[in-house]
Amino acid sequence: MSRLTIKTVSQAQTTVEGLYKDVERRIIASPPGLCPVDLAASFLKLCHAQTCGKCVPCRVGLGQLEQLMDDVLDGSADESTVDLIEQTARVIKNTADCAIGFEAASMVLKGVEGFRDDYLEHVRHNRCIASMNQPIPCTALCPAGVDIPGYVALIHEGRYSDAVRLIRKDNPFPVVCGMICEHPCENRCRRGLIDASINIRGLKRYACDNAGRVPVPECAEPTGRKVAVIGGGPGGLSCAYYLSLMGHSVTVYDAHKYLGGMLRYGIPSYRLPREELQRDIDAILSTGIRVEKNTTIGKDLTIDQLGEEFDAVFIAIGAQQDKKLNLPGENGRGVFSAVELLGRIGDGDIPDFTGKNVCIIGGGNTAMDCTRSSKRMGASRVTCVYRRRTEDMTTLPDEIEGAVEEGCEIMTMSAPVRIELDDGDNVTGLVVQPQIPGAIDKSGRPRPVKADLPEVIIPCDIVIVAIGQGVDSKEFEEAGIPVVRGSISAFDTGNIADHEGIFAGGDCVSGPATAIRAIGAGKVAAANIDQYLGFNHEITSGVEIPHPVMHDCGAYGRIQPDMRPAGERSRDFEQIELCMTDEEACQESGRCLRCDHFGCGVLKGGREERW
Amino acid sequence: MVNLTIDNTPVSCMEGTTIMDAAAAAGISIPHLCFLRGINEIAACRMCTVEIEGTERLVPACDNVVQEGMDVHTNSPRVREARRINAELIMSQHNGNCISCVRSGNCSLQTLCNDLNIHDGNPFTPDISARRWNMKAPLIHDASKCIKCMRCVNVCSKIQDMHIWDLEGSGGHAHINVTLGRTITDADCTYCGQCIINCSTGALRERDDTEDVYSALADPSKIVVAQVAPAVRAGWGEDFGLNNSEASEGRLVTALKKLGFDYVFDTNMGADMTIMEEAAEFLQRMQNPDHYEKPMFTSCCPGWIRFIKSQYPDMVPQLSTAKSPHQMMAATVKAWFRDEKGIDPHSIYMVSIMPCLAKKAESAEPNQNDACGDPDVNTVLTVREMNRMFRSDHIRPVLLSESEFDDPFGFASGAGKIFGVTGGVMEAALRTAYHSVTGKNPDPDAFQNVRGMDGWKEAVIDISGAKIKTAVVSGLANTRRLIEALRLGRVRYDFVEVMACPGGCSGGGGMPIHDGWSMTDTRGSQLYKLDKNSDIRFSHENPAVIKLYSEYFGAPLSEKAEELLHTDHDGWEMPLNPRLCER
Repeated sequence: MSRLTIKTVSQAQTTVEGLYKDVERRIIASPPGLCPVDLAASFLKLCHAQTCGKCVPCRVGLGQLEQLMDDVLDGSADESTVDLIEQTARVIKNTADCAIGFEAASMVLKGVEGFRDDYLEHVRHNRCIASMNQPIPCTALCPAGVDIPGYVALIHEGRYSDAVRLIRKDNPFPVVCGMICEHPCENRCRRGLIDASINIRGLKRYACDNAGRVPVPECAEPTGRKVAVIGGGPGGLSCAYYLSLMGHSVTVYDAHKYLGGMLRYGIPSYRLPREELQRDIDAILSTGIRVEKNTTIGKDLTIDQLGEEFDAVFIAIGAQQDKKLNLPGENGRGVFSAVELLGRIGDGDIPDFTGKNVCIIGGGNTAMDCTRSSKRMGASRVTCVYRRRTEDMTTLPDEIEGAVEEGCEIMTMSAPVRIELDDGDNVTGLVVQPQIPGAIDKSGRPRPVKADLPEVIIPCDIVIVAIGQGVDSKEFEEAGIPVVRGSISAFDTGNIADHEGIFAGGDCVSGPATAIRAIGAGKVAAANIDQYLGFNHEITSGVEIPHPVMHDCGAYGRIQPDMRPAGERSRDFEQIELCMTDEEACQESGRCLRCDHFGCGVLKGGREERW
Repeated sequence: MVNLTIDNTPVSCMEGTTIMDAAAAAGISIPHLCFLRGINEIAACRMCTVEIEGTERLVPACDNVVQEGMDVHTNSPRVREARRINAELIMSQHNGNCISCVRSGNCSLQTLCNDLNIHDGNPFTPDISARRWNMKAPLIHDASKCIKCMRCVNVCSKIQDMHIWDLEGSGGHAHINVTLGRTITDADCTYCGQCIINCSTGALRERDDTEDVYSALADPSKIVVAQVAPAVRAGWGEDFGLNNSEASEGRLVTALKKLGFDYVFDTNMGADMTIMEEAAEFLQRMQNPDHYEKPMFTSCCPGWIRFIKSQYPDMVPQLSTAKSPHQMMAATVKAWFRDEKGIDPHSIYMVSIMPCLAKKAESAEPNQNDACGDPDVNTVLTVREMNRMFRSDHIRPVLLSESEFDDPFGFASGAGKIFGVTGGVMEAALRTAYHSVTGKNPDPDAFQNVRGMDGWKEAVIDISGAKIKTAVVSGLANTRRLIEALRLGRVRYDFVEVMACPGGCSGGGGMPIHDGWSMTDTRGSQLYKLDKNSDIRFSHENPAVIKLYSEYFGAPLSEKAEELLHTDHDGWEMPLNPRLCER
């Protein structure tokens, strides 16, 4: 008998490891709208299978919980069952020996609290509140509800202009979204069950690049009704576009020199070239929208004046007010806010940072935009300073990777303390306090806690504060529009309480969010403004979607187009991301599982052809 | 054209043809269960799976289109195995107590399992769900028989635009239920019954009221009266495999008499009375345009009344106040027997044989009690319930002799006969309205352009220079389209006929069921034939109607007519469309 043996992995174990990967993918691609009780019961079964069998609460208790939850689902339970589930789970949580038991019980407890109504509906009425009424994951998760399987199929057939027409039915910014959309549509793509989500944004970009100029549909008969849109960003222009198509007379007021809102004044041109943004704006304006630039509502015109002149008003002023850190030295020369810096770049007034050391404070997309722009403006050293970990940054991981490739530095676990100034009030450095990751907070990220280490000085000439934006809602609040914590208060229909005919949406309601959420809000407002004006115009695309062909869905790699080489792209503001090739687009669009047709999607006809 | 082979037979067909249709064209009938052409092409049951050479997974034939060079096998070992296992899985969730099921012998699942030669024990554990249902509702859903084919969901949403049914919950617990957590009686269901006639099993059916009728028939103190709706005679024989000449009106009357009914009256005469009232009301409205919104809507279809009350309550005043023909008939019969024969109306038990479920709800409305305070109609039976009574009383209609409907409510004009088909009410009303205005009869076939199975028809009728704009709509999705267009000012009409069921009562939710095909058009044609062959084709020339008006009512819209033949549509509550509740 040998004293020791080398550990080897059995074939069964290797297969199980593979199954774990499958389960991970399956959870990522879980469709929205599932019964939470059923899901919790299923997870519990997995947890129970992980039990070693030593301790009572875990070995026996989890099994009994499973049975009780099945009773709830079968309609054979009553309210005392829910109490017993809660009681048992609490005891398991308090008495299980290891995390396999107490974490499983915690999960059940969270559910009993978090979706108690679902439990009660099951036991009282033997029914479920949940229903998969949004069966196509990508479309369901797109705030504008774009018919994604439809346009992916059109791309696969080479019908690029039809793809653009179909996208415009729900989103008049196909070019913009092809380049900068955060693509929530990809999050639960069913293709993830097989290999990885479809590169939906990349395909949209490919369609727009190949479609050429696509004329907008004809506007409906003029209705004679007038609508004012305050703010020419993605929300305001989307609303204006659809209202104009519906035959209403629309005027867009914007405080800036150019239209586009944060698409121009927040997103640098290396991600969204100005001429590409202009393509969408030109198409939107070609419906006959009037534009009043350099006009600030509340200053140049009052809200009451608009109310008198127009039949309806849509407020979409965005969130363009910078937030301050309130650090000592923040008023020094060389300290910029992100809004100010990106605003200047948007107007074409690009500062020269040649040879400067630049520090950016923040961890969001705006911080990354400032970081990578600073590099392009000639800075010799660019450091993004963040008080948490890299994985806690709210920006997209690709942005961090891109910035690092371009030679920027990411300095994490460093909380800014003060900005050092010289006698002339010029910035000389940023002082930070090192942090360690502490207990997990409500956002699920470890709270930064002061480390037992001395402060660190980062010598620099310029500090850019990119810690988020607020809504400049003062004038509106004074005019009587309800404002809660700085944001305009509106319903999910765009309506504002006690203000007939005034609607609001986009960042000014939600706080800083994504372009596609603002576009969705604009679409919703357009429909409800039309209804408010006494109409029921319908928006359609008139595009026929190719019939899907069923095939064996073997696993493939996801196509991810390249970036221009880091050393080259970091020196200019030209677009960094390359477009898919024809070959890539054909393969990628062919990977789409057509959830509009296969699965639950077909039950409701696969799509909303009109809204 | 696309060329392929199916079961080694070369087939050529148009691009975009489904594999199922391509096979059918080659004489190969691929088994299917959930499929309903144009309505439910969702490939849920997987009975139609076929094997395509070179493709690893099996493919449903109903919703996949042919490709050039395809080599399709509809009965390969893999296909047979898949079809059998999937059928057994469906059966494991189906209460297969066929011996006491109303659809036994007319059930797609039963036929399929027999055809697939599935006889031995099912290897899967039965997993039959039980869910509570209000058995007093006119419409019954039995979850234990539901195979979740989703036909009801799609019929209700696509054909009727009512969205009463949906798949509720998720995972293995997903099941069909009334949407938005409502019960059927809380919902704005019109009880059109289109879900029932399209159900692939016995999961959906009408409330069975035959026992009430048997009790009345057995009660010697009751005079039990049947009345038979127009569409009934065009379809009742289908359940017995009879053609139209075998399933005559006369045999139907004899069969009902054999069940024990004391009188068998013809609702067609009620239809003639409806025309007298509705035409008079229409002319009154036309002559007082300031008092009435246009158009006037017909009121003979209770499914439509439930629709307008729940979807567009503000338009209820535009409904004619005329009752539906069977309610007119019932109130008149009871009042007439009381006034003319001295018979206690409480002792009269009125049974309406209808192609309809909504009339079960209508007869129970609190204000349909004008003759004596009892419900004017005591029980409404669908055609299927009547036929089940014939079977259970071992009546073989084909062997029966012919009898006439009973006097004095047994004679109808051709105009009354066509009430059972879309456009029929309009055509009948126009024949009489024309006469009322001009004093002359038009050619009875002058208004033919309101005939046909189109869901939305229009006709402009010239009555001595006055142009009457009419529309005829059937099916509630079509109805909603028409009303939305009216409300947006895109169309204008003077008079609109609405029937909730596609094709009118001939396609009614209480008619015999034929899975996968529709008899609506055939039944409608039969009604037009009966009209054509009638000696009298105008409601106002019906001698029984003339007699009744001269001796009893006086004239249309008289006080007595208003009392017995008209109703207050606001006299009862209807659950609103949930979207209206939100506002």
